[in-house]
Amino acid sequence: MKRQIPLIIVMSLGFLFFAHTFIPHKFSQDFYDWYVSWTKAMSPFAVILGIMSLFMVHTTKIQRKVPNWQYSFVTLGALVFTAFAGFAWGTNEGTPFMWLFKNVQMPMSATMFSLLAFYIASAAYKAFRARSAQATVLLIAAIIVMLGQVPLGQIISKWIPITSTWILNVPNLAAKRGIMTGVGLGMVATSLKIILGIERTYLGGGD
Amino acid sequence: MFELISNLVAAFLTLSIFSFLYKDNPFYKFAEHLLVGVSMGYAIPLAYENVFIPFVYNPIFLERRFIIIVPAIIGILYLFRFSKNLSWLARYPIVIFMGIVGMSVPMSMHSSVLVQMRSAMLPLDNINTFLIFIGTITILMYFYFSKEHKGTYGKISNVGVWFMMVGFGASFGYTVMARMSLLIGRIQFLLGDFLGLIK
Repeated sequence: MKRQIPLIIVMSLGFLFFAHTFIPHKFSQDFYDWYVSWTKAMSPFAVILGIMSLFMVHTTKIQRKVPNWQYSFVTLGALVFTAFAGFAWGTNEGTPFMWLFKNVQMPMSATMFSLLAFYIASAAYKAFRARSAQATVLLIAAIIVMLGQVPLGQIISKWIPITSTWILNVPNLAAKRGIMTGVGLGMVATSLKIILGIERTYLGGGD
Repeated sequence: MFELISNLVAAFLTLSIFSFLYKDNPFYKFAEHLLVGVSMGYAIPLAYENVFIPFVYNPIFLERRFIIIVPAIIGILYLFRFSKNLSWLARYPIVIFMGIVGMSVPMSMHSSVLVQMRSAMLPLDNINTFLIFIGTITILMYFYFSKEHKGTYGKISNVGVWFMMVGFGASFGYTVMARMSLLIGRIQFLLGDFLGLIK
């Protein structure tokens, strides 16, 4: 029963929402509004689950003194201090909470993503070393699109921005359309598997 | 003075993360762990203000809609995920969220399949629409794995691979430029706001 009742709930809600899409009736809309208000009331507790999970991972690291366990204090300290700053002084402009966002969180996340610029360059080099015709086509398309985005492309040749636009509007569109159709069919198939109880991995292990 | 300290902190953390380009080191590890903690800590007051207060506290205590206590209790069941004996209770909030997949069947079919097909059904009056048509069909044939990709079918589906390679190249180029613009932003901060070398 620990698995069957949740499965029955998913199936029932799944079929009701399937029908809701095709029934533009007030009763159907009220049901949807009720569901949305309930899920919104449930969602803050998922954040607590995330916090508990992070705390458990890092306290376990500290207790077991795994390699680099000292840095877990940094994570937990930053978490507690940032949350405390938000609750104590508010989240408006000019508060310590916003200072932490602007001078700690935002610069670090932007730098973390910008690091990928270097690793993408090394990935391109590895693709080029593969020396297959398809990898070469990939790289040529990438180089033309990159040059088409910057003034340098226009300086080299007026054809680079034109070719870049053509690549984006024609072969890229065909590729995206084919892939999107496949993704859409995959989503439909997966959703049906969940509604019909074939896909049950979201229930987790155990009884 | 306050601005100088703010820039000093941001510059130190930026350089700490860039130090990973040399090799993994204590400065990078410190910044990495700090980022995780601050990001999670940032989400907590925002979730409290933007979700808990308007959708849990206000309906129950100000609007007296006591029925909202029921989803709040179901939400609390999430926390049993860490209990050995009662972890099955955490399935209830999960399955209530999962119920929405019922809507994704017709919606995915509409937005990702039917709309794409409608857009693909254009008159083949020029070379570009013809190429888009050929590309879409051959890519769909490539993703049809119920038939072995051999002979004529294999050759036609291989055309789809070439189209996909050009598409991946375009996406790759866009991603590189997005990362480059972030990198330029950080270098502008270091050389401009922090060191004052550029204006």
